[in-house]
Amino acid sequence: MSDAPKIPVTVLTGYLGAGKTTLLNRILSENHGKKYAVIVNEFGEIGIDNDLIIGADEEVFEMNNGCICCTVRGDLVRIMDGLMKRKGKFDAIIVETTGLADPAPVAQTFFVDEDVQKNARLDAVVTVADAKWLSDRLKDAPEAKNQIAFADVIVLNKTDLVTKPELAEVEARIRGINPYAKLHRTERCSVALADVLDRGAFDLDRILDIEPDFLEADDHDHDHDHHHHGHDHDHHHHDHGHGLKHYHDEDMQSLSLRTDKPLDPNVFMPWLQNLVQVEGGKILRSKGILAFQDDDDRYVFQGVHMMLEGNHQRKWKEGEPRESRLVFIGRELPEKAIREGFESCIVS
Amino acid sequence: MKEFTPAPESASIVSVTDRVKPVALGMAVTSVHFLRDRAAFVGGEENVALVDATGEISIVAVHSGGILSTASDGKRLVMGGDDGKVVSLDAKGEVTLLATDPKRRWIDAVALHPDGAFAWSAGKTATVKSGKNEEKSLDVPSTVGGLAFAPKGLRLAIAHYNGATLWFPNMEGSAEFLPWAGSHLGVVFSPDNKFLVTSMHEAALHGWRLADNRHMRMTGYPGRVRSMSWSAGGKGLATSGADTVIIWPFASKDGPMGKEPAMLAPLQARVSVVACHPKNDILAAGYSDGTVLMVRLEDGAEILVRRNGTPPVAALAWNAKGTLLAFADESGDAGLLEL
Repeated sequence: MSDAPKIPVTVLTGYLGAGKTTLLNRILSENHGKKYAVIVNEFGEIGIDNDLIIGADEEVFEMNNGCICCTVRGDLVRIMDGLMKRKGKFDAIIVETTGLADPAPVAQTFFVDEDVQKNARLDAVVTVADAKWLSDRLKDAPEAKNQIAFADVIVLNKTDLVTKPELAEVEARIRGINPYAKLHRTERCSVALADVLDRGAFDLDRILDIEPDFLEADDHDHDHDHHHHGHDHDHHHHDHGHGLKHYHDEDMQSLSLRTDKPLDPNVFMPWLQNLVQVEGGKILRSKGILAFQDDDDRYVFQGVHMMLEGNHQRKWKEGEPRESRLVFIGRELPEKAIREGFESCIVS
Repeated sequence: MKEFTPAPESASIVSVTDRVKPVALGMAVTSVHFLRDRAAFVGGEENVALVDATGEISIVAVHSGGILSTASDGKRLVMGGDDGKVVSLDAKGEVTLLATDPKRRWIDAVALHPDGAFAWSAGKTATVKSGKNEEKSLDVPSTVGGLAFAPKGLRLAIAHYNGATLWFPNMEGSAEFLPWAGSHLGVVFSPDNKFLVTSMHEAALHGWRLADNRHMRMTGYPGRVRSMSWSAGGKGLATSGADTVIIWPFASKDGPMGKEPAMLAPLQARVSVVACHPKNDILAAGYSDGTVLMVRLEDGAEILVRRNGTPPVAALAWNAKGTLLAFADESGDAGLLEL
């Protein structure tokens, strides 16, 4: 059996005109010594010579497993299969979606396809958003909202085209939907590549190490990415402080749950399974760190719609609070029922 | 006292491992086909290694990138590449360019007809070029997963999403759609032309009886079926995808409908590739742990051809006479067995 490291796959989304191609061209032209295979939906937009640019058709099909939200990108399965014949010729894969695409089928392809899973791992969903137009798109384009909700990293682009209050407004709208993604403000997508590539956002072992505050619903501070914003340094903290306008998006929200009391795995696991079975269509992403009763290991899980994966991650460290934290991002989440269900999993 | 270490296969299995001629190809291998008595090992990219019965290797460059699809009739090998080209290779090592996709799209599937016609697909378009050099194309609703020619007449089966399309390229408006939800990847006709079987993205096969398009669901696999091979005379369809070789019965007019498949040669590893002997009721099976077995269909008796402990077996083929068996694992550690 080969234990070759899995090839990281970055999913690049963003509404029409947000700047995906600009970011892609930057990634490909920067001198990083790495070679990327790029799966694009429009040939010819990439100005870089690269024989590993592959045109895709975004063909989504439903799995025959009785789960209506369980859709995968069949073209991606086929392309990954073909690319694996050229293993060693590239270091990473970038999948660009169309402006109107839902990122879920791409992500789910990496959860359900055995062969894809064997060779590649989803690294992160990176969403490029247009600072000037995103607020409008969030009102009239459900696709744009999906892409924000789904993101691990949001590149808020064209910040030079908006005023500071406008920028604060659009950031607040983003945070109203997805407070957990890393957010980078850019002009012409000039973001450090390390901030968009090799994030390990879907890596159960890394999720929580690199984003220790990803579950802190009230903490919008992302000070470790300060140095990438050439401007607005001083305001960054303030913008994200508690004086910030809080937007509550009418149909897309995040929900965070926590407890410092241990959970009963025999109650929690069936509850979680059932929750994603029943409400999986509404839940876009879920993540959690769990402290189970009589278990010295942290348990971590993540999910996309109905698909869940989880594992014991590591021992709880000495002095580390054994706290369980969960987050759901989704549409019209039944908050009361979820909170009550979670409470019932706590060992009393 | 002398060492007392029983040979690993000492239990009961007969072994012919010492009769295998080892061949070190030094390249990743994805399939093998015989061109007369030369084994053509297809690399993951660029090259084919032609190996004759003495074990002599000659490397032939066929594509300038990944080799995505192959089909052979025993005389020539047709391949599609990610360079947008369809090429053929004959036993002498001669390469012929058959077609080029104008947009340099990947050639995802190829098929070869006994009378010399061939077909390829790029994206949603399947194209047939018959002996008379006429090119005919058909667009199906989604990307083509696989192609196969019917054993009689010039008829092409095209697997795609939510079913397969049957098409007589020389008859206008003849495309017939056989629906079944899901993504269909591989496709084969039964040798008697009575059944069409597809391998699906999910771990299942689907079949249609062509007389009445009745469905046959062949499910229960733990993994996707990547290899299918008709037994001599088309009595059974042997498949990979489980930790035994699964053989669906096709001898009766109902095919496998309402019947259980035979399960032979169970191991603690997944069957990765199967190849039925062209004349006798024997098959060869390669496994994910590197094992290669020959199996008698009648009673499941096994002969060990290659031991385990290597990458998965990726390639397995018999020559037309059934006197030579060629195999290789994914990393190109290959062998030839003369019977």
